[in-house]
Amino acid sequence: MSKFNFPESIMSRPVYGTLEPRSGKAHLMVADAQGAEAIIGLSKADSGLLSKTHIIYIPKGTGDTYTGKLEKLGAAQLYVGPSYEAAKTRLQRTLAGAHMGLQVYLSGTEGLMGQAMLEATNAGIPHTAIQTEHRGSVARRMQCVHCKGITEDVMTDPFVCSHCGLSLFVRDHYSRRLAAFQGVCIDAEDPGNVPASVELYK
Amino acid sequence: MSAGTEKIAVTVTDIVKVNDLVTRFKFEPTKGGLLPTFSGGAHTVVEMKDGNITRLNPYSLMSDPWDQSAYTISVRRDDEGRGGSLFMHNSVKVGDQMVVSNPVNLFSLDLRAKKHLMLAGGIGITPFLAQIKQLDRARGNWELHYACRNEALGSYVDYLTSTHPNDVNVYYDDEKQSIDLENLLDGQPLGTHIYVCGPKGMIDWVRGKAAELGWPREAVHYEEFLAPQSGKPFEVKLAVSNKVIQVGEHESLLEAIERAGVDAPYLCRGGACGQCETDVISYDGKFLHRDHWLEDNEHASGKKIMPCVSRFEGKTLVLDR
Repeated sequence: MSKFNFPESIMSRPVYGTLEPRSGKAHLMVADAQGAEAIIGLSKADSGLLSKTHIIYIPKGTGDTYTGKLEKLGAAQLYVGPSYEAAKTRLQRTLAGAHMGLQVYLSGTEGLMGQAMLEATNAGIPHTAIQTEHRGSVARRMQCVHCKGITEDVMTDPFVCSHCGLSLFVRDHYSRRLAAFQGVCIDAEDPGNVPASVELYK
Repeated sequence: MSAGTEKIAVTVTDIVKVNDLVTRFKFEPTKGGLLPTFSGGAHTVVEMKDGNITRLNPYSLMSDPWDQSAYTISVRRDDEGRGGSLFMHNSVKVGDQMVVSNPVNLFSLDLRAKKHLMLAGGIGITPFLAQIKQLDRARGNWELHYACRNEALGSYVDYLTSTHPNDVNVYYDDEKQSIDLENLLDGQPLGTHIYVCGPKGMIDWVRGKAAELGWPREAVHYEEFLAPQSGKPFEVKLAVSNKVIQVGEHESLLEAIERAGVDAPYLCRGGACGQCETDVISYDGKFLHRDHWLEDNEHASGKKIMPCVSRFEGKTLVLDR
């Protein structure tokens, strides 16, 4: 099972649910890695859903574990891409041509869901109307609040900013606008005094 | 009375008969100076001194939100109502001094929307007149679908179709014209918000169809002022102020509370805003809930009442007021 129950945290931290089929004439599902399992779950819950669905999927290290299964779902469109960045223009184009009533389902890692959510809200869908389900890695997309650089797939706390090299404390403070959590210098008061890194949620 | 919002003393400076049912009133500040600005969709509560009865009825502001020299409202005459609209039509004259509340907006535009789709029924057109002026100034993207009974009763149809021929669509019931709602909602671009103001049946129809087509609840806005309905007189004990009051046949519970000199909060006086929500301490009888603020389970609980529109029938009712 690829689900992880995040402990309760501050208001800012996104909370994920379980994807459920909704009524509508068009559906868009965006997933990475183990997020495919949530899409397969949706197709079981409503067998008619996938024929009205466009799936954008990024295997992200799972190779072809899920691609064959996704192909068998009979989606109206299935795109399997090498990275979120590669899939982003397709996602933007899909949203630009979509009509109200489109249902958006996001599943997989927090970084994928956050970035796809940002595109969907930019296109005019209220964030509260977008369904999410976390699957797979608990890695986070972090913004360094000092240099503003983004470090993807952060697994440890503290971590080293991949742009400016500061040691950053992983906060639960989240920005929907940036689709990233905030990383704050951990040794600003006492330079050099950096605690040992521990894996997130271990 | 400090409840509600700040009050403004105004003078009626113009009265125009729009058609057989609708009359327009213009209010200018009695002391001179400027009125507060408002945003499209706002209403004002007009105080009417009708003999020994004081009525407080909400009306949508239809003038340009940026015009601080005057407020205008349109009042539809309701011959079956409790008399507020008849008072406005029959008793108010140019030069009269009246009191209106600061504007309150419970039907504002969501300015994050990429397009505003407006649906009006009858006198429900009034808030849109102000919203359209606001959006025109901001170069907003909007379109209006306006259903009315017939040409003679189509308030402001000529004005709307001559100023915005490409954005205004009018439907006359008497000519069997109606909004093709499913097709209209189906093709709207992402980021469109719906605004509907009109009779309850129209609001329910639009909300129901939008939900069926998968529109997010957050993108569907509606406003329906419920006029308080008459009913059997009843007695209420106000526990905090230690008073027993009688609610008359043509009086709302809120009006009776105010008449007894008890300060009760309110904003919309039409069952929508939630300000006047009051706790019930005990009761023996049945509630006639008419608001659309409380949830169904709250209506059933017997613990809350919205005194602006809801009534009670039975032996005793004790309120925490």
